[in-house]
Amino acid sequence: MACEEWGSKLDLYLDGELPAAEASALGLHLRSCSACASDALERVQFKRSVQIAGRRYAPSAQLRDKIAKDSAPAPLVGLRWWRWAAVAALALIVAAGALYTSLGRENAQRQRLYSELADLHVATLASVAPVDVVSSDRHTVKPWFQGRIPFTFNLPELQGSEFSLVGGRVAYVQQSAGAHLIFQVRQHKISVFIFPERGAEMPSLATGPVNQLSFNVESWTRNGLRYFVIGDASPDDIRALSKLLRSAG
Amino acid sequence: MEVPDQRLPAATFEDLAMPLFDQLYNFAHWLTQDTAEAEDLVQETYAKALRGFPSFQLGTNFRAWMYRILRNSFLSSRTGLKATVILDAEEQEDALPKETTTPESLLLEQANREMVQQALGEVPAHHREILLLFEVEEMSYQEISETLVIPIGTVMSRLSRARKALRSVLQQKLAGGRHGM
Ligand SMILES: [Zn+2]
Repeated sequence: MACEEWGSKLDLYLDGELPAAEASALGLHLRSCSACASDALERVQFKRSVQIAGRRYAPSAQLRDKIAKDSAPAPLVGLRWWRWAAVAALALIVAAGALYTSLGRENAQRQRLYSELADLHVATLASVAPVDVVSSDRHTVKPWFQGRIPFTFNLPELQGSEFSLVGGRVAYVQQSAGAHLIFQVRQHKISVFIFPERGAEMPSLATGPVNQLSFNVESWTRNGLRYFVIGDASPDDIRALSKLLRSAG
Repeated sequence: MEVPDQRLPAATFEDLAMPLFDQLYNFAHWLTQDTAEAEDLVQETYAKALRGFPSFQLGTNFRAWMYRILRNSFLSSRTGLKATVILDAEEQEDALPKETTTPESLLLEQANREMVQQALGEVPAHHREILLLFEVEEMSYQEISETLVIPIGTVMSRLSRARKALRSVLQQKLAGGRHGM
């Protein structure tokens, strides 16, 4: 290719927008052609000088403070609310855990598991990107888990229900990889955890609804999988979603 | 099917938007060329974006979205109305400055930061804007396409013209400087 043709692609190349194959060819040419190389160097300097000159205006500290204040969520909503809820839930769980110690090892294990799930639920919702697969379509979400977790599961048809699927991620609970799905009903996010039931390693759990402190939890096993539904939605909502999940088999 | 962003809106907005504050302000100041107007523009942008955040689509470009809001706010402001025509100017072949023969390396050696800033302030607004988005904000062609709502091909041609226009202004300044000596 003639230098002229390369020259027409130099800006694209330096802008990082030339397709890889062409970019590597042009890169080779630049190593052997001093004319094109000095042209490229000049363009780099030009870009650099625009960059330096363009960084010119700095905002005042007052403006930053004002906008940061206006952009922050109101107290007790959004992230702040979740952080507060997490702290409150943990405090209660710790207290409850201590109470339960006398009731036996199994109860303590159950408390640990519930608190781990409650933590995961809160931490996930508070994170910038709560889910790794974002989709309301179960036919997208279910296959996404293939190869990521050692089992498969079915998701219910949600059309006509109040629930919608937000997405999913892989979660680790007690050294076991499972599916963490997030559903929404009105203003509430609900976490659904699905893990392989592994007998001794997982504490035996009461099947059915449990009012776990500030969250409502429902749990059951089916086809060797342990399901947990947890959230601050009403017990009725938790039950309704659990029923849908069970119906999916 | 992609769903609207279901993350906690108020919380995530702050997390996403505050890191953009300095660069949005710089851009606003270049657009308005005035401190008070730039401050108003940035405030308006954040207020609008916060209100609109629940409808912001996850998976789309947040930064491009913020710049789009800022730019639209600017264009609908009093100063911006005057600039609308300029920012949305059609690409005109005949408006292109002629290629010059000055060796470019010489040009840049002589052009200091202040001179480049002056030149940036003098090129047409739509040229200044795209140079800032690409070289200063380091947006990709795709991001600029989303921000300005123009096709990628237009991004490429406008950027190319903007560079030529800036070089031309710089050359005039350098020539003027020499005459003045
Ligand atoms: Zn060459």
